[in-house]
Amino acid sequence: MKYTDEFRDAARVKQLADDLRGIIQHPWVIMEICGGQTHSFMHYGIDQLLPPEIELVHGPGCPVCVTPLEMIDKAIALASDSGFILTSYGDMLRVPGSNQDLFSVRASGGAVKVVYSPLDAVQLARDNPDKQVVFFAIGFETTTPANAMSIIQAESLGIKNFSLLVSQVRVPPAMEAILSSPANRVQGFLAAGHVCAVMGFWEYLPIAEKYQIPMAVTGFEPVDLLKGLNDLVTMLEQKKVGVINSYPRAVTLEGNMAAQASINRVFQPSDRAWRGIGTIPMSGFSLRPEYVHFDAEKRFDLGHIKTRESEVCIAGQVLQGVMKPPQCPGFGTLCTPENPLGAPMVSAEGACSAYYRYKKMTS
Amino acid sequence: MTADLSHGPVCPVPLSHRETIILGHGSGGKLTHDLIRLVFKRWLSNPFLNQGDDAARMDSTLLAGTPVISTDAHVVKPIFFPGGDIGRLAVCGTVNDVAMLGAVPKYLTASFILEEGLLIKELDQVVQSMAEAAKEADVLIVAGDTKVVERGKGDRVYISTTGFGIIPPGHGSISGANAQPGDLVILSGTLGDHGIAVLSARNELSFEVHLESDVAPLNKMIQQVLSAAPHTHVLRDPTRGGLATSLNEIAEQSKVDIHIQESTIAIKPAVRAACEMLGFDPVYLANEGKVIAIVPQIEATAALQAMHNHPYGLDAVIIGEVTVSDTIHPCVVQHTPYGSSRILTMLAGEILPRIC
Repeated sequence: MKYTDEFRDAARVKQLADDLRGIIQHPWVIMEICGGQTHSFMHYGIDQLLPPEIELVHGPGCPVCVTPLEMIDKAIALASDSGFILTSYGDMLRVPGSNQDLFSVRASGGAVKVVYSPLDAVQLARDNPDKQVVFFAIGFETTTPANAMSIIQAESLGIKNFSLLVSQVRVPPAMEAILSSPANRVQGFLAAGHVCAVMGFWEYLPIAEKYQIPMAVTGFEPVDLLKGLNDLVTMLEQKKVGVINSYPRAVTLEGNMAAQASINRVFQPSDRAWRGIGTIPMSGFSLRPEYVHFDAEKRFDLGHIKTRESEVCIAGQVLQGVMKPPQCPGFGTLCTPENPLGAPMVSAEGACSAYYRYKKMTS
Repeated sequence: MTADLSHGPVCPVPLSHRETIILGHGSGGKLTHDLIRLVFKRWLSNPFLNQGDDAARMDSTLLAGTPVISTDAHVVKPIFFPGGDIGRLAVCGTVNDVAMLGAVPKYLTASFILEEGLLIKELDQVVQSMAEAAKEADVLIVAGDTKVVERGKGDRVYISTTGFGIIPPGHGSISGANAQPGDLVILSGTLGDHGIAVLSARNELSFEVHLESDVAPLNKMIQQVLSAAPHTHVLRDPTRGGLATSLNEIAEQSKVDIHIQESTIAIKPAVRAACEMLGFDPVYLANEGKVIAIVPQIEATAALQAMHNHPYGLDAVIIGEVTVSDTIHPCVVQHTPYGSSRILTMLAGEILPRIC
């Protein structure tokens, strides 16, 4: 298949892995920000091809994992109300809230619908004028433009029974939070290619400069991952600082201007809580004041949600790259994809599920 | 429109209810009998079914061999999808389950749960499909039952089928627990056709996929495989949960490891494209016309050739081998074209599309 086969080509992968072994001279701690890349590394077994000098630590770039427990409990509260239809991407349904998950709410009669796009949720609102339809707007800058479009569309169609439960997060402030932490070990970043396809990588230039660190904007296929690593390790070995675009077929410096314009029309940066990490200043998006009537949290009384996290789960440390999933006492025993204690075991982008799915033997 | 009263007042004639299923079709009375006559007997008529008693008398001469019985409930949305419908699925699913023990399927029973409001012509089409699939598989549907539930209490039609077959003498050891180190693993064709075809028929995808479900009765192909490879150890159809789940079941039952080569697995371009878009792994997608055969190395070529000689096995390939398991938990290992490998686990929960 065109556009995938050439980036999964075994000969190119082997060549790039050989090249990397030739370039590297020192041990380096490298973080892939995006959970999609964590899974790609393990799905294709690319981590097994890397020289021992490279230690990969897995970043917080899993939208499901960083969505605060409080927001999941709010989604559960909405879904449990017979006047509402809660719409969500499928992965969120399995994430444990304080007491239950959205799958259980659905099983006990709550209206929870999996949609592939927030625009499907807008359509659902049109089809069900007697219900309040709420879309659980989670994710990074990759999902934000579509969520913005849903508001723009709902407004132009005059739809009043649609709103977003917003838990949108941004990558650059999270990178800064990691880099400014005293426990930080990360020496170079693979920046998330899909986020940069939307946002460009201009936001990363000042971060690289401020923290004197190299970054490589990297794609998701085996050839892309190794190309990003080769470029990054070359910069590390040459003590270079800055951002290199190793994914130019999808990413430009300025990014997708139309997508950014729709984000800026509907959302504005705001403080956000990250599950397991805490509040990071300006690390998310909230609806602009003129769209507050589409904000489910402002529109509906969600009462006083009391959250309760698992005492075993170390998701916070995993998301910050401080600990690896097998270091968790619950990993693979108390916590499995069928019975997850924390979000990283649930999501297709969660580090714990990646370790569990692809590395069970070594755990 | 005004009523024509020129012939004087007329007695209101009850509607004949020939177009849609109503609760009365499940009452056991006249409507039920009409439905049996007009739909079920029309397509499924055979001497056993036509006995008209509460149970069908079987042919006792069949009992030379080991009797095998299997049952399966079929729910699929939508009930008609490219390449098949719930009727074909209900016959093939159970025929294949019986055939996976090396048995020759003989008879099926079928129970229908119909939702009030189902169009009778739709039911007719479903039953016709069952008749065609049964004919292809050379099995008879010998008993059946119909119940009707209120609108909203079912999803148009559910069909539960039970299959009865006979393992010929000498083929009694085929089982998921019988995989032996050194055996080769053969897959009869492409993965995921059914899963993606049904998904696309739900109109929930924002893109079109031109693809037909692979739903098919595999019993005749399996008989050919068993003639060519009489010491076949395991047969399994990778339905829900896909190849990865079936191989894990076999590894667990047989206490062996199974190693497969990713590059050997055939996937149609439409399935691959859909998987790439949605973030699905084809090894977890449902198939309804594929078989995994685990055979001694010495018979593998003959088994493969037998599949290639049948229309349902044209794309068959050897995808891997069985090895001794040195861990407490036997596992399935998929080897990539890059010389690396990963563990293939069972499917956990539903298959969910990725977020970004």
